Amino acid sequence: MSAALKVVRAGLFDTLQDLGRTGFMALGMPTAGAMDRIGLGLANALVGNPQHTAGIEIGVMGPDLLVEADSVRVALVGPLSPQLIDGPDAPPKPLDSDRSHLLKRGQTLRVGMIEGASTAYVAVAGGFALPSFMGSLSTYSRAGIGGFDGRKLAAGDLLPLAKASVPAVNERKLAQPFDYGSGPIRVIWGPQEDYFSEAGRKTFVESEYRVSKEADRMGIRFEGPVIAHAKPVDKGGADIISDGIAPGAIQVPGAGLPIVLMADRQTVGGYPKIATVASVDLPRLGRLLPGQTVRFAAITVEEAEALRRDQEARLQRAIAGFAVARPPGGIDLVRLYEENLIDGVVFDSPWNVTSKPSSAEGGTK
Amino acid sequence: MSVRYLSCGDTAFTVEFGNEISPEINGRVMALHAAIGLAREAGEISGVVETVPTMRSLMVTYDPLATSRADLQPRIDAMIARGLPVDAGSRQVTLPCCYDDPEFAPDLAEVAERTKKKPEQVIAAHLASPFKVYVLGFMPGLAYVAGLDQALFLPRRSQPRVRVPRSSVAIAMDMTTIYPFESPGGWHLIGRTPLWMFDKRREQPVFLSPGDSLAFERIDRKSFDRIAREVEAGSFDWSSLVKGK
Repeated sequence: MSAALKVVRAGLFDTLQDLGRTGFMALGMPTAGAMDRIGLGLANALVGNPQHTAGIEIGVMGPDLLVEADSVRVALVGPLSPQLIDGPDAPPKPLDSDRSHLLKRGQTLRVGMIEGASTAYVAVAGGFALPSFMGSLSTYSRAGIGGFDGRKLAAGDLLPLAKASVPAVNERKLAQPFDYGSGPIRVIWGPQEDYFSEAGRKTFVESEYRVSKEADRMGIRFEGPVIAHAKPVDKGGADIISDGIAPGAIQVPGAGLPIVLMADRQTVGGYPKIATVASVDLPRLGRLLPGQTVRFAAITVEEAEALRRDQEARLQRAIAGFAVARPPGGIDLVRLYEENLIDGVVFDSPWNVTSKPSSAEGGTK
Repeated sequence: MSVRYLSCGDTAFTVEFGNEISPEINGRVMALHAAIGLAREAGEISGVVETVPTMRSLMVTYDPLATSRADLQPRIDAMIARGLPVDAGSRQVTLPCCYDDPEFAPDLAEVAERTKKKPEQVIAAHLASPFKVYVLGFMPGLAYVAGLDQALFLPRRSQPRVRVPRSSVAIAMDMTTIYPFESPGGWHLIGRTPLWMFDKRREQPVFLSPGDSLAFERIDRKSFDRIAREVEAGSFDWSSLVKGK
């Protein structure tokens, strides 16, 4: 029997993403990977996967996925209102987000629209049985590599599952929504802050910037007050000899408006970069919608490193603190155990797996 | 020669060796790229994710959960102070290029006119240029190859093309390049190679590497078609193009 999720209706920008394809930037290969590593990490943890397992990154509106496996455990993370459809003629029933669900053959998961954020994630227990490319399953559509056939999902795609079925165990849910932080997006000056006048740097940190419609996995263009370069643009003030582009690098081309470079960013670039978004705030940026506004505030590298370590610790605490989710019908294992109706049974929980950080994420201290 | 360390957030920093394009500066960049690679293999440095060489600088990316800028920078400083190997030994790569078909070389006549040469002289100068691959970037496998004969220096086209065919060989400024995919592009197209600079079927999908020495070999349309068929079928012997390490 095949074990797959069939895309019966495609969403808008669904791609498979893990934590990125590292090690090949010297060959011009972008890292790609999840726009919001926290959302992907939580979705994976809910189904017992290591955090670097590839899941489906949903953009704006997600797909309808038909279960062609005996059973599959899925988790949806993000501001979604998913639905479950039991059969071809059955009416859709609402399903909760931010938790895991056991789905059976013939059921359809309707992921639906995302409300108030640009990205959400669907993870499946065990992950997808697809070949990795240069060490990663992340889709990089521009080069047609990774994920499913190097592209976003389309109706008719059969996503092969690594597991043909999953055991019935307690489902898990996020005890409370993860705090992505609020307030200004924190940045570190450089690498080319000296290409901007003092007034230009002041404009950048004292103004409000709005996410434009031109925001995608490569970069987010912002609208707002023009940032002045130190040298006239027609005299090369917005040109450097190309250098490397880190995640969150903020390019300011001649027009003076910032572009934050995201997962699918090019590896090198020739525009000066006024600052770089601290890694702690990249997931928040990866969820922004066109029209939303942000401010930027400068911090030091040391502060940024400490904030990132703190965020990782909070993520691990959130995973350790998953609550048991009551199943919608079926045997309520929670009640069985709480009410001690079964005696002497050792419950072998797949949730006892400690989530291992990927090589990209490195070891936690 | 002093280096500057530039901040690129809390997951990277750039080691800048200079602010010009020169073989000496790029040589030092490549030497540090190689030295950090060796140190990582030997387990002497941890937390580095990868290094990204460019014409004049090396970006070092790191995992802030495994190390810190304060820990890494002194180690790299020490590597530079100890002295970097001059040249780790580079590959000599020869790429076949067909200049004859007007479809492959739509800008050859204009380049000849603007550089006050005959098309044959433009081809000869391109063939004689001692090219070196400085950087790969912008898209997978796109190489910035410097060393173009000075007589051919021209700025980019004022009107970039929306579609440049894959494997087009182009020149602009002091460089040449080969487009790995069909893409927009503003360089002058003077020929085409039957080879694919990026092929996801290959174990090493990207063919050229930073530091490679590169020369072009002129082929006619018949040879072009023959090699193109082999490349398409995946039977082309890529090792025949490479000499040296």
